[in-house]
Amino acid sequence: MTNDEARQLIRSVLHQVAPEVDLDDVVAGETLQEALDLDSMDFLNFAVGLHEATGLEIPERDYPRLSTVEGCVTYLTSAG
Amino acid sequence: MHWEAIHKPSEHGDPMPNMGDYAAERATFTWEEARRALDGLPGGRGLNIAHEAVDRHAAGPRRGHVALRCLDRHGERTEVTYAELAETSNRFANVLDTLGVEAGERVFVLMQRTADLYAAALGSLKHRSVLCPLFAAFGPEPIRQRLELGSGRVLVTTPTLYRHKVAAIRDQLPLLRHILLAGGSTAPETAEDVRTLDLDALLARASSQYEIGRTDPEDMALLHFTSGTTGTPKGAIHVHEAVVSHHATGRIALDLHPDDVFWCTADPGWVTGTSYGIVSPLVHGVTSIIDEGDFDADRWYDVLENEGVTVWYTAPTALRMLMQAGADAAKTHDLSRLRFVASVGEPLNPEVVVWGQETLGLAIHDNWWQTETGGIMVANYACMDIRPGSMGRPLPGIEAAVLIRDDHGDVVVGGDGAAVEAAVGQQGELALRPGWPSMFRGYLDDTERYQSCFAGNWYLSGDLARRDEDGYFWFVGRGNDVIKSAGHLIGPFEVESTLMEHPAVAEVGVIGKPDPLCGEVVKAFVTLRAGYEANEDLRLDLLGFSRKRLGAAVAPREIAFDQHLPHTESGKIMRRVLKARELGLSAGDTSTLAAS
Repeated sequence: MTNDEARQLIRSVLHQVAPEVDLDDVVAGETLQEALDLDSMDFLNFAVGLHEATGLEIPERDYPRLSTVEGCVTYLTSAG
Repeated sequence: MHWEAIHKPSEHGDPMPNMGDYAAERATFTWEEARRALDGLPGGRGLNIAHEAVDRHAAGPRRGHVALRCLDRHGERTEVTYAELAETSNRFANVLDTLGVEAGERVFVLMQRTADLYAAALGSLKHRSVLCPLFAAFGPEPIRQRLELGSGRVLVTTPTLYRHKVAAIRDQLPLLRHILLAGGSTAPETAEDVRTLDLDALLARASSQYEIGRTDPEDMALLHFTSGTTGTPKGAIHVHEAVVSHHATGRIALDLHPDDVFWCTADPGWVTGTSYGIVSPLVHGVTSIIDEGDFDADRWYDVLENEGVTVWYTAPTALRMLMQAGADAAKTHDLSRLRFVASVGEPLNPEVVVWGQETLGLAIHDNWWQTETGGIMVANYACMDIRPGSMGRPLPGIEAAVLIRDDHGDVVVGGDGAAVEAAVGQQGELALRPGWPSMFRGYLDDTERYQSCFAGNWYLSGDLARRDEDGYFWFVGRGNDVIKSAGHLIGPFEVESTLMEHPAVAEVGVIGKPDPLCGEVVKAFVTLRAGYEANEDLRLDLLGFSRKRLGAAVAPREIAFDQHLPHTESGKIMRRVLKARELGLSAGDTSTLAAS
């Protein structure tokens, strides 16, 4: 997966969980939860959404790595 | 399925539980005696929560003891001693004086869990303003509604929360005189804007000395909004005398000892996070952990281990999420300092109690109370055997009963004016005999709703329960349509009203859909106006629309289209039928539905 594909995927999964948010509002390094006002349940649904879209197994201990956009992109692209 | 009782060893551990024997404590406990364990304001000037929580420790040998250990989102640690907390809260009280705020006026706090929040909360109590904490995950609409209903005079918040949630609604709040922005200077929006002030600058100029004025124990101290089945949220009024309950329950139900490190995971925007996240641990002079971050299994285990938490008060949703994270996550942490674990918010399923025993090596003590009761009412105690799935037995000083309800859901009152109690094992409404110190004194500006909470000299909780032959209480269900998600009460009406504002919506019914993690999640059934087509784009549009206004904590997680919502004969939507449909149950006898 390329960086652009990963960003596109993040955008579409987020849109399912929280249609009101705009990924462009997130400043580099800011956590998604903070920047977009997501609660724990939203974040869980986001992680599950990524899993469903990619088939990737995402164990809970990896969730902190998904907390920022950059983290998600790295996680998704390095997973192949 | 039958669950074995968890027996407590007769030789108690170290330290000994504050309450060694439930029956003996129940026989001797009085609220007058509990009141004497507190100091009162110097010179007989009354009773003030903040004096008991902070100033009396700051003036004594515990002045250098850590009151708050705050962890920010990145795990950075800041400690605040009792002496320091006395000073920062004094400064805040002085700021309120400077702004001309008067005793009894409402100070709303909308902040993340940082030391600033606690200084503002305790400073407001010292000043004898009425503290109303709001949950930072609320959207603009719940915030506006509560500020309006509570006639908020001051709002303390942060620049980010202000920008996201307050800027757009402030013009609708003419009574709101000052918005204080903490944590970073922010210039007023415009030159004419005299209401938005830089709190840090005001605090820096304020004196660190403050003498708390005469406080009658019956003076209003806290306002907590809670949701009902219909209408707007209700502001439950609590008074300074509530601190007697906060102290007694901290001793008996949470077993707090002077050297404890206590962690209450609830946000102060909910009553648990105020009664037990702010007041109770401080009144006991212990060290309280304040974590700004949200739930994350590894992070939470890290906090328990690294901070050496000894007493932990959390919620079933969090425990179930930890359970889901697996036993390995727990095993890599040294949790040997942990001594007592309690849970509140919704019934704790027996599986979780047993999981605690197996994974943490500790039983989890469920307890029951609500916004109106101000403090723990029914609990499992350190000295008492646990029956997994039971909320435990009434606190010493509390008389609880199960009352019989008629077909309309009303409590049956006999000819002598007394309510009829249910037999052992029989289901009914959980009720409490009024008179404990932290009982709410009314709903703000709504005497009628307050009075409807009582029958036959009992306070009616709205929860259904039964009692076994040994006096253990068991939760059965809610007696009304209020939704409980992750321990938080959500009024279906609030959600319905917001969705009704969308042009596509003709009608909407909102229910709590059972959920393995959260207990319930909010689900909305929407009937569309003519000309609108039910499709995925519209569903997401409605979801975003409600989330933007209500915030993630209140908005629906699920929206379904339904052009045939069930109605009563009078045209009201029957949420119970929606729920039965959702669960795949038969809707039951239509004659009773028509009457509901």
